[in-house]
Amino acid sequence: MKHKLSRFAIPYVVWMALFVVAPILLVVVYAFSSANGGFTLANFARMRTYTVVFTRSFKLAIIATAVCLLIGYPVSYMMSREGERFQRVAMVLIMLPMWMNFLLRTYSWMSILENNGLLNQFFQHIGLISLYNQIAARFAADPAAYVPITHFQMIGTPGAVVLGMVYNYLPFMILPIYSVIIKLDASLIEAARDLGASTVQVFRRVILPLSLPGVLSGITMVFVPSVSTFAISKMLGGGTEMLLGDLIEQQFLGGAYNPQLGAAISLVMMVIVVVCMVVMNRFGEGEEQAVML
Amino acid sequence: MKKVTALTLACLIAASLLLSGCSVRRDDTTAAGTNSSGSTKRVVNVCSWGEYIDEDLIDRFEEETGITVNYQTAESNEALYSLLKTGAGDYDVIVPSDYMIARLISEDMLAELNYDNIPNYALIDEQYKGLNFDPDNKYTVPYTWGTLGIIYNTSMVDEEITSWDAMFDSKYAGSVLMIRNSRDALAAALLDLGYSLNTTDEEEIRQAYALLSDAKSKGVYQGFVMDEVFQKMEGGNAAIAMYYAGDYLTMLENNEDLAFVIPEEGSNWFVDAMCVLKNAQHKEEAEAWINFIASTEANLANMDYIWYASPNAEALAEYPAYYEETYGEELDMGLYEIMAAPQEVLDRCEIYENLPAPVLTLYNDLWTELGI
Repeated sequence: MKHKLSRFAIPYVVWMALFVVAPILLVVVYAFSSANGGFTLANFARMRTYTVVFTRSFKLAIIATAVCLLIGYPVSYMMSREGERFQRVAMVLIMLPMWMNFLLRTYSWMSILENNGLLNQFFQHIGLISLYNQIAARFAADPAAYVPITHFQMIGTPGAVVLGMVYNYLPFMILPIYSVIIKLDASLIEAARDLGASTVQVFRRVILPLSLPGVLSGITMVFVPSVSTFAISKMLGGGTEMLLGDLIEQQFLGGAYNPQLGAAISLVMMVIVVVCMVVMNRFGEGEEQAVML
Repeated sequence: MKKVTALTLACLIAASLLLSGCSVRRDDTTAAGTNSSGSTKRVVNVCSWGEYIDEDLIDRFEEETGITVNYQTAESNEALYSLLKTGAGDYDVIVPSDYMIARLISEDMLAELNYDNIPNYALIDEQYKGLNFDPDNKYTVPYTWGTLGIIYNTSMVDEEITSWDAMFDSKYAGSVLMIRNSRDALAAALLDLGYSLNTTDEEEIRQAYALLSDAKSKGVYQGFVMDEVFQKMEGGNAAIAMYYAGDYLTMLENNEDLAFVIPEEGSNWFVDAMCVLKNAQHKEEAEAWINFIASTEANLANMDYIWYASPNAEALAEYPAYYEETYGEELDMGLYEIMAAPQEVLDRCEIYENLPAPVLTLYNDLWTELGI
């Protein structure tokens, strides 16, 4: 593809230069400067302090991505097997929540998961909490000393944060996988069947390898926003367990005004994410060999 | 694959655009500060806190003066400071708290006011003038004042809370909400240890931090919150929180079980004041806005709406009568005293002073460490 740059690409190039390349350069410059503008590596020297935050963020993002994949792939696959009308309705239903503001959706989860929230009230109502108390008291080492719970603790836990990520980013997993599966050449599947492959074999040997590009794209789409999220952890995680996004936000908007450090953390995060993506895409290129499940 | 990625990216961008629109509460007129039409349209850009004004006042001011108000909000003093430093906020009038005003003055970011344009300044009680953040009364016109205290749910807490100990007590594990603001959170710990909340002694601050982080590791805190506190306390989702008196009164309207106390160790009392930025584009309009807000009428409306005490002596004295006239019932003087703490309570409280730069850095480092 050695075209000369088309005239029509100019707006895009300008856009990229202004809003993608320039900000990244700014991040790099900031990351290597001290508060009074000189060159320094001190910002990176402080990075070791934040290892816990890095590990926590990547762990939660990987879990959320895995859950999205486990839910998203079967959903996309089933959807593609259904009739056209069903597919259209299902697609609208998947997109529907995204028409609402992201913060509003997360805020609603807050009131669902609260100690006195919808879900706990429901559990209370159907007697699940008292049932739990009875069972727990029986198996407690000292039944007399057992303190009955009044609610299940959901808000403020890492689980709630993962739930928030899965809920918000699931469509980004379903859409690419679905788009790839729906375009699979039906004759390939027929050919596999002709050659005597069972349904399971058709899926494993034909459909899965061919849908891998969609899977990889989905993983990227879910993992990248998950690892850098800050609103979800603040609202659903109670702000006690800081994630990378929170840490970066705090450097810019919080009590700790230190944009240089914030830029350095962002830069390190970007590098790690890019490395992850490159490694994964390598794996994707060799997909024929790779999928020997 | 490329198409798929592009499509999904487009969705992602759309979502993030929606997200980024969240901080602007009311920006329905022309872009801040521009005067592109070349007409004589006058504008003032105001940045305040969320739920911190009776919005009818904005319309009234616009009608009276023909000046368009771009009203925006920031989450905290620290967030406001960042907005100003990064140049993201193009404001004329801001309403920071005492210690932040001192910091802005020391960094030469505020403009001296021309009080000739603000005749209503005379209505402000002498008690709120000449305070440590603006000793010569050159930069500020007080907007509200109030106290910081502990809010608790009497149906979930059996005893009467009188001490800051409650904020660090593992007895209440999982149901305490700490404030997400380094200055206030460390103040609670400092007071609990019997230190001044303006201490610059590193050892004392480190002890306070240890108290805080110890409580956090024991699971005392359900969360670190700012505005989320309303939903959590009103819905009975948490038992104890530290927050501002005025906001307690707002919560009380939705949950009668809530009680407020200024602990015996003392607390912080604060003044939020209107200031004009040095690089303000609309200084004249800004002073007109400040004068309008300082009027007795505006102070009464604000007090009634946000439940923060007014520094306007006339408005503060008239408020019980105003309340009776508006609602046809007598104002509970207990509530009035929570809103406008009487002198003997204020005597126990301290106003925040701006801390020297090394101490601020220490605060910031400790605060980040707490989150890790």
